[in-house]
Amino acid sequence: MSNDSTKFTRLPATDAERDDPERATRREVLEFWTERFGVPAETFADHTFWERGAGKIWLSRGDPPSPADIEGLGMTVLRTRQEHWKPTLEAVQRFGDDATENVLHLDRSQATTFVAGDDQELDWDGDWGYLIVTHDLAGEAEPVGVGLYVYGELRSQVPKGRRRDL
Amino acid sequence: MEQLERYRAIVDDFAAFRAACDRPLPSAVRVNTIKATVEQVRVALDDAGIAAEPVGWHDGLFVLPEQSAGANWPYFHGWTHGQEEVSAIPATVLDPQPGERVWDACAAPGSKTTQLAALMDDRGEVVATDNNLGRISALRTNTERLGATSVAVTHEDGRNHSLKPFGGAGYDRALVDVPCSCEGTIRKNPDALADWSLSHVEGVAGVQKGILARAVQVTEPGGTVVYSTCTFAPEENEAVLDHVLAAEDCELVDYDLPLTHRDGVTEWDGESFDPAVERAKRIYPHHNDTGGFFCAKLEVTG
Repeated sequence: MSNDSTKFTRLPATDAERDDPERATRREVLEFWTERFGVPAETFADHTFWERGAGKIWLSRGDPPSPADIEGLGMTVLRTRQEHWKPTLEAVQRFGDDATENVLHLDRSQATTFVAGDDQELDWDGDWGYLIVTHDLAGEAEPVGVGLYVYGELRSQVPKGRRRDL
Repeated sequence: MEQLERYRAIVDDFAAFRAACDRPLPSAVRVNTIKATVEQVRVALDDAGIAAEPVGWHDGLFVLPEQSAGANWPYFHGWTHGQEEVSAIPATVLDPQPGERVWDACAAPGSKTTQLAALMDDRGEVVATDNNLGRISALRTNTERLGATSVAVTHEDGRNHSLKPFGGAGYDRALVDVPCSCEGTIRKNPDALADWSLSHVEGVAGVQKGILARAVQVTEPGGTVVYSTCTFAPEENEAVLDHVLAAEDCELVDYDLPLTHRDGVTEWDGESFDPAVERAKRIYPHHNDTGGFFCAKLEVTG
């Protein structure tokens, strides 16, 4: 089945069930979260994954028949069909608590810069690429969004509509 | 605000009512328990130096006397959502349980939708319907910011809601928080009555009847439907209930509400309604220093 931008199509469980070669599988999505961020697959045990729009992956607690011709299903979690898969800010805020790898912790001033949408020079000796950015809120490290780390710089990936001067 | 004069006969201490309608309301926030606990929000607001006053009847609501709801860290993390006290009533009365299927018939911009999802511990399915694509976009933004994964959004007129995309299954509960003449929001929006007319009240009442009837039809026998408005007009409140009680298989049930309120009115403008409409509750601005609201709980019988 070709990708349809108006319908939600459930991700195939594994490669064997895949008829669109470009569509991610549930197994690949779970592997992405585990391998890149250390978020265990069980985190998503009760959720179904869907694609609407090329590479836009949604996650839902509900279980409607596929394809589903509706306006929204759960939340967007991931962009696939590109070289580096990119998690959404919303997914990171909701599920990034369990992350153990590629997590960059900011102080309050750095977090303020990040949330305003501004890039900043920072030292980071881990992998380059998309990172889960955290800062302290109410005495604990909390995921605040997604950053892209390259060339000594943390590039804020906070979407325009979510940026705030705090 | 001369429109409110028509309620002189049904509102006790009318002068206090009018005076309350003239006073602005501070902003209030609801704790989004999908992402944070009440205690975490309390600490985060305190750390940020934001004054937050708890609300007596609901653990998860704070009034922010000095600040808007959206310009702080807990908001950015989706820990809080700007929502007025009375707006938190209907989802609380509906009392949805984890794992249930719930329909939110007029969902955008999603304050009550996300409250339903939170009450269900984000487990089950909340089908959120609205007929306006612009408002659906706000609904989706709020759903995502609050991290609700159990919400499915449909674009349709609630009067013609289709169960087809969900395989035909009916609902355990439905929330019918209808578009209305918004008289009760005057303290938040002083222009709320600028376009008020009796013909608008009567016209919107027809839509309200259609949506409430559909909600009763798609809810399983034994299931619960909550009907609410933010207006005082009996045409949009008790008269709508009276119509649906006669036309559909349902009855009005009593419920507890820990806010000062008055019973539904059984007579208005020469008309009398099914005596059961007394079980609905009217919330007036001067009794609890809130906005105005109307809320009724129905059980589906057929």
